[in-house]
Amino acid sequence: MTPPIRQPALERPGVPPSLPPSLPHPLPALPSQPVRTRTRRRRPTPARIGIYAFLATAALFFLLPLYVMIVTSFKPMIEIRQGGILALPQAFTLEPWRQAWSGVCTGAACEGIRGGFWNSVRITVPSTVLAILAGAVNGYALSFWRPRGAGLLFGILLAGAFVPVQVMIYPLVRVMALAGIFGSLPAIVLVHLIFGMPVMTLLFRNYYAGVPHELFQAARIDGGGFWRIFLQVMLPMSLPVIVVAAIMQVTGVWNDYILGLVFAGRDNLPMTVELNNVINTTTGTRLYNVNMAATILTALLPLALYFFSGRWFVRGIAAGAVKG
Amino acid sequence: MANVHLRKLNIELGGKAIIRDLDLEVEPGEFVVLLGPSGCGKSTLLHSIAGLVEMASGAIEIGGRDMSEADPSERGIGMVFQSYALYPTMTVEANMSFGLRIAGTPKAEIRRRVARAAGMLQLDALLGRKPAQLSGGQRQRVAIGRALVREARVFLFDEPLSNLDAKLRAELRRELKLLHQALGSTMIYVTHDQVEAMTLASRIVVMEKGRIQQIGTPAEVYERPANRFVAGFLGAPAMNFIDGMLDAAGRFQGGAIGLALPAGTAGRATGPAVLGVRPEHVAIRADGPLRGTVALVEPMGNHQVVWLRCGADTLGALVHDARVFAPGDEVGFAIDAARVSLFDPRGGARL
Amino acid sequence: MKTARIFPRIVPRLSPHLALLPMALTALVAYLGAALWTLRISLTGSRTFPSGQFIGLAQYQRLFDNERWMLSLHNLALYGVLFVAACLVIGFLLAVFIDQRVRGEGLFRTVFLYPYAMSFVATGLVWQWLLSPGDGIDGAVRALGFAGFRLDWIVRQDLVMYTVVVATVWQAAGLVMALMLAGLRGVDPDIWKAARLDGIPAWRVYTRIVLPMLWPTVATVLLLLSTAVVKLYDAVVAMTQGGPGTASEVPTKFIMDHLFLRSNVGLASAGAVVLLVPVLALLAPYAYARTRKEAA
Repeated sequence: MTPPIRQPALERPGVPPSLPPSLPHPLPALPSQPVRTRTRRRRPTPARIGIYAFLATAALFFLLPLYVMIVTSFKPMIEIRQGGILALPQAFTLEPWRQAWSGVCTGAACEGIRGGFWNSVRITVPSTVLAILAGAVNGYALSFWRPRGAGLLFGILLAGAFVPVQVMIYPLVRVMALAGIFGSLPAIVLVHLIFGMPVMTLLFRNYYAGVPHELFQAARIDGGGFWRIFLQVMLPMSLPVIVVAAIMQVTGVWNDYILGLVFAGRDNLPMTVELNNVINTTTGTRLYNVNMAATILTALLPLALYFFSGRWFVRGIAAGAVKG
Repeated sequence: MANVHLRKLNIELGGKAIIRDLDLEVEPGEFVVLLGPSGCGKSTLLHSIAGLVEMASGAIEIGGRDMSEADPSERGIGMVFQSYALYPTMTVEANMSFGLRIAGTPKAEIRRRVARAAGMLQLDALLGRKPAQLSGGQRQRVAIGRALVREARVFLFDEPLSNLDAKLRAELRRELKLLHQALGSTMIYVTHDQVEAMTLASRIVVMEKGRIQQIGTPAEVYERPANRFVAGFLGAPAMNFIDGMLDAAGRFQGGAIGLALPAGTAGRATGPAVLGVRPEHVAIRADGPLRGTVALVEPMGNHQVVWLRCGADTLGALVHDARVFAPGDEVGFAIDAARVSLFDPRGGARL
Repeated sequence: MKTARIFPRIVPRLSPHLALLPMALTALVAYLGAALWTLRISLTGSRTFPSGQFIGLAQYQRLFDNERWMLSLHNLALYGVLFVAACLVIGFLLAVFIDQRVRGEGLFRTVFLYPYAMSFVATGLVWQWLLSPGDGIDGAVRALGFAGFRLDWIVRQDLVMYTVVVATVWQAAGLVMALMLAGLRGVDPDIWKAARLDGIPAWRVYTRIVLPMLWPTVATVLLLLSTAVVKLYDAVVAMTQGGPGTASEVPTKFIMDHLFLRSNVGLASAGAVVLLVPVLALLAPYAYARTRKEAA
């Protein structure tokens, strides 16, 4: 996709050793930055001031909603009604959080959004495990064994990832209703498996494409069959891509709204659905602080995942988004 | 055609000193090769002459003018990179003329220069192609052409042949030498390949760890290496080294090897010394004063390398005739005492 | 491995095929099969449940006579152009500026990319709050002294789609930046040196040399952004519920409403099939380019 580059020689000029290694796996290591500025005089040029100004302004724009979310969630409603969405809380309070977690009304019950949290957990864990397994087996079979017709199937799978889910949703609903599992935990897990398979398969296939084919051939000469090679050779080597896949699938499943809305059933509604119910369907006064607390709670898991594993997150994006 | 003068050059990268207190004078029209192993600083030095890397202190003069602070495009240099660095979305013609167009050179002049460079490098038929459609050797010629059209006074080459296969490398090496003869420009060339250095250079600058080890013509550097590093770096197969003692009478004894040295070989030095002798100066003769056992034979087509074990030492010997040796054979051999070098065991300097 | 001993030749041969069974089922049944079934329903007069009664292309006719549907298409087109353009420009600029060896690069990247980790629902809700007239930004700016300032786009029928653009660009620009940055870092550093030697100013290197080299990255980004446009649903539901009125209606919402709320499965399926057309149109050249590359 991008022009190939070689590893720069040790003595290549212009490589500040403090640059963070940020590139995803499919791409080679960080190449030397172009040496463009001669900073003999330590005074920064107007160009560099401009660069930092632009980036700082953009950063403010990106951070604004997060700031407002956090700040609002710690204010009592009186303060919010007085206005000043950007002001820090004067009367700092944790009450909105308590209410969001265990007090707000989500449809019939008024037990807070914690029910949705546990639902999301119960949906995400099996969805992720199954999807990773499926992706790994598919990627392995596609990379090394390439049975006839597999390429075409993979093509259809990938194409399906781009198609809006509304094209497939009604028939899936009917089939699940006929099978009697519509509106249950197995239904939503199965649906996440179906729609998560393209990206998972792509991740693993691209990863295994980077494994030298000779390794596989040596294992076959040693007498290994399909499953043995997979379980004893390939899967143990796959830890990096499993981490990336887990991050992507957990984020995708946790943040999903529409599939949870349709397939999960009233007892298993994920946090995103309950959040929307809380905020957009209340009658009477809107409790903005509780709403923001609930929103943060819902976004907390993927955000935390992102902040703690930024490097792997970026690898996932590049490896999954770069289709071949 | 201009000279290049480096004075007390110091270059640091990431806090580490890469080049220390370096002085170098390149005369106009010379072909100077910076030769050394990976990490010795030769590429960094070249980049600082080009202005792509800052120096911590020192001065760089090109053509008699101080260029220490000048922008790379103002130094009157052309540069050829190891990876060719051709602009992939432009044709060969556009690649060569892009810099000139930016500088506002009149169109007629651009055409003249491109035609001249293309003619010298046999690129006329390829002017409309893009880099992806060219072979490695053709791409390298385009990279050279791009430097040529700048009509620079000094040309810098950063390991330009490393990406080519052996046969192509030899071909382009010869073309580069012919180019230098035709143009007569000053050329500074970086490589780790001593064959390239020996064949192309008018003078070789051998570098290690940021310091110049020796400057001299290929013959000088080869026959009278200034220290053990230079002696071991040039020549293939490498020079043989034997540890031993030098006595006051000018005789060297190391293990089972004893040699009387011509007067003046080691000055007035006595004591521990390292004897260096090149394989081509070790002659296997039945009547040779020394005796050894054949350990290994490497046939090379037009010559053989025979490895002899003599006491605790192993020596390589070059044999140019068709004699057959088998491992285990006992043979006699002689060392040409007039062509040896002696080195101080501490520090490696020539005695 | 008993089965392997009984059928020593057959099972190993079949194993890859059997292992790929879930993928085959997903691709052929869940994707292809469901899409074909939707197509079939769109040709019938189904209301709440699929009926067997074929009525040809009548549903499509009703669809394009439907004011709400036409409005949703119009909204999507407007949204699509703005969203893709804004993401490309902002993402590219962010990538270029970060590529300039700035200090704190890691911090900047984290800040620009974190919105992508949030769900569309959360994004929509936060921006709904930020843009609500009186309580949100416009109240804060008025409190600072600019008494005449008004930011009530979200309740105005003619401006509400722009609010959706702002919220989703906020979410997606970081992703574009990450992809562009990876592409930029893949450019041979010697090209920068050669350009510097040629005396070419940095901005021209970007426009004449680097950007053309980044074309594959840009193509990928375009594909991802365009398909995201077609799929737009969660953010609209969370942020505006399609309102005010139907001013921010989008095709996916139209389809979902008619499938589950207004019990018109036939009409909704027709809408879904129509939505499929631009996606296939986008995928076709991409797939064609890839098969040509693999054949080469």
